[in-house]
Amino acid sequence: MSKFKRKIKVGSQEISTASLPDIVFMLLFFFMVTTVMRETTIKVVQKMPGATEVKKLEKKSLVSYIYIGKPRQSFQAIYGTEPRIQLNDAFAKVDDIRNYIISEREKVDENERPFLTTSLKVDENTKMGIIVDIKQELRKASALKINYSTRKVTAIE
Amino acid sequence: MPRRPGGTYSAASMADIAFLLLIFFLVATTMDVDSGLSRKLPPMPPPDSQENQNEIKERNIFVVLINSGDQLMVEGLPMNIHKLRGEAKEFLANPSNKGNLPEKTLKDIPYFGQIAVTKGIISLQNDRGTSYGMYIKVQNELAAAVNELRNELSQQKFGKKFDDLNKEQADAVSDIFPQIISEAEPKNIGGNR
Repeated sequence: MSKFKRKIKVGSQEISTASLPDIVFMLLFFFMVTTVMRETTIKVVQKMPGATEVKKLEKKSLVSYIYIGKPRQSFQAIYGTEPRIQLNDAFAKVDDIRNYIISEREKVDENERPFLTTSLKVDENTKMGIIVDIKQELRKASALKINYSTRKVTAIE
Repeated sequence: MPRRPGGTYSAASMADIAFLLLIFFLVATTMDVDSGLSRKLPPMPPPDSQENQNEIKERNIFVVLINSGDQLMVEGLPMNIHKLRGEAKEFLANPSNKGNLPEKTLKDIPYFGQIAVTKGIISLQNDRGTSYGMYIKVQNELAAAVNELRNELSQQKFGKKFDDLNKEQADAVSDIFPQIISEAEPKNIGGNR
């Protein structure tokens, strides 16, 4: 019992909170450093299809993205409601893909070029026609590694 | 204004300010990892080459067609998407060596020695009017069939899941069950888009 009594005497002093800001700042810096702000604004509607057999994409610097889907509400007046392709920040045509792939290829080191992957971020209601065209264009540009971006689900419906 | 004694400000609110910033960054952080189904496109054939595909026997091809109404036809018969995985597994494994399922050839593979490897190829054809969601579902089921077969084999041989195998073991297993999905040049099955 004497042990407990001693503890109570010591505990009557308050714990100093002086180091609390330091701890919080450490956390803050961690999150500030790890946060990646999205550099492209996506202008098309994106609802990814679900799949169970997904694999993670490694090395984000070696991935170029192609977004496909219906233009968002605010762009529909200009671009209509048919699915469109978006490369970087702008809407594009199928013919622009080859130049896009070439410019992406130029950005990376020569010995890393074989690992370049093209990620197709396609809305699930898109028709395959446009995707078939894109795939043909990618074959012509010999960007053969592709990835169909999907959500991970436990079972497909 | 009366000066504080000693001229110092209280740092007690510093924690609150930092917390506010912290919460902002916590909310703004998107930790989305990109994931999806990886595929390799076939290279473009050289323009001057003739179509010299050697004939593949009918029993060695598993034909999957998707029409513009997102309906599935497998080996000439309509099929529900939920049955596709089982059918594809049976086609690739051919456990009882049936005559209408693909042939096998004996191959030398490390860890396994002489083993019968299937000659089967999955051929996937879709229409321009097929929806992307359906296409991914079919791709997913076919990938799942191969992954399940690989998992069963590695479980049986090494007592581990396929993902936990080392590089050589994984290569050996994927040599036995390769992920071959051949996609034909697009056709316009089933009329207008």
